[in-house]
Amino acid sequence: MDLYPLFNSLRIAAISAIFVFFIGIAAAYYIAKLPRVLKGILDVIFTLPLVLPPTVVGYLLLLALGPKRPIGSFFLENWDIRLTMQWWSAIFAVSVVVFPLMYRTARGAFERFDENLADAGRTLGLSNTYIFWRIRLPYCKQGIIAGVVLSFARALGEYGATSMIAGYTPGKTATVSTAVYQLWRTGNDELAIKWVLINIAISAVVLLVVNLLEKPQRRRP
Amino acid sequence: MLYVEIEKRLDRFTLKAKFQCDHNPLALFGASGAGKSMTLKCISGIEKPDRGVIQLNDRVLFDSEKHIDLPPQKRRVGYLFQEYALFPNMTVSGNIMAGMRKLPKKEREQKLRELIGQFQLNGLENRRPDSLSGGEKQRVALARIFASSPEVLLLDEPFSSLDTMLKYQLIPYIRNIIRDFGGETILVSHDIDEVRQLCGEISPITDGVTQEIIDTEIYYQQLTKQYEDLK
Repeated sequence: MDLYPLFNSLRIAAISAIFVFFIGIAAAYYIAKLPRVLKGILDVIFTLPLVLPPTVVGYLLLLALGPKRPIGSFFLENWDIRLTMQWWSAIFAVSVVVFPLMYRTARGAFERFDENLADAGRTLGLSNTYIFWRIRLPYCKQGIIAGVVLSFARALGEYGATSMIAGYTPGKTATVSTAVYQLWRTGNDELAIKWVLINIAISAVVLLVVNLLEKPQRRRP
Repeated sequence: MLYVEIEKRLDRFTLKAKFQCDHNPLALFGASGAGKSMTLKCISGIEKPDRGVIQLNDRVLFDSEKHIDLPPQKRRVGYLFQEYALFPNMTVSGNIMAGMRKLPKKEREQKLRELIGQFQLNGLENRRPDSLSGGEKQRVALARIFASSPEVLLLDEPFSSLDTMLKYQLIPYIRNIIRDFGGETILVSHDIDEVRQLCGEISPITDGVTQEIIDTEIYYQQLTKQYEDLK
């Protein structure tokens, strides 16, 4: 059994989760400081990929990154890089689809932060960077880790946008979810069921981890 | 000398604080929601007044006309928060060390040992704040403030989260700390007994407006008389 789809899915999900970790946290942190109207508008835009069908996200991404489209043709002409139909093209799709999960969990975690701690840090002479990484993030740790794990889980299962932007090339762009579809389409039930079981196992483990992390926020001893 | 003359529009009223504080500890005395904490936050730079001047000795901390607004990090104002605001992810030592990150390592460790001794925190060095009693938390918060070598000490309802017994045990202790500190000290409180034991001068504050500074005992007599008249 060729395990390439599993390897590919894991690396796409891992890279996307790291990506979304930083961007999601930054978005959640800075949006809180914006005026109300702008905050409302950006919040809708940032959350939209969560409710849009992944095929719509895929279509929009192709409009921007496709070889004849503005960004896609720019990369192709200047560096001879084709942004679609590569294994890493899926990272674009997965990151966009998964971003709202990270953004919203991080925002929820930040809202529970006790601002007095940041104020105390500032009067003690601590830099804002130090306060962010050493006081704010540790305080919101559980929520943020849960967001990363949830993003990773959703990233593993992304199908719609991925199949549009990366397609299905065995040994190149194939992921677990696109492999299952392809195997079912070609009537290879025996292999399809194996991938289905692998998928269920991974997802169950990830959800177990999320549940453990979301236990009532107990204080550390 | 700390000179404060500021205005800030708030939801319910406009804060108008004007007072001067020398080495005699000053109390801002008033009901909750009268703007006491907001005044302290403006002095420390956490909140920005709409206009006015805050000057500490020869340093201008804030001046709306000259567009001076020092960040809290540069004001050297020690702020004791109501619930102490200890960093929950750090140990007692870590919290105190946070106040002196700019010192060289050797000096830092020496100062940490001194503060641990001075504030009777021996044996608690590696504990986390949520495993400490109210009194211990307060001592850690004070040690952390003094680690940062402040020039002004702001005490925001320092006893509000302690039970009465403990409070009366701690008042003489805090009085000594204020005396040893020697810099300008402002206490925010709504408890006249507390104020009488800690501050010689008082600036009553109602609906965001500070009154002329008055001797605490004279004010106390006025207050008692008002109370008698009501009866």
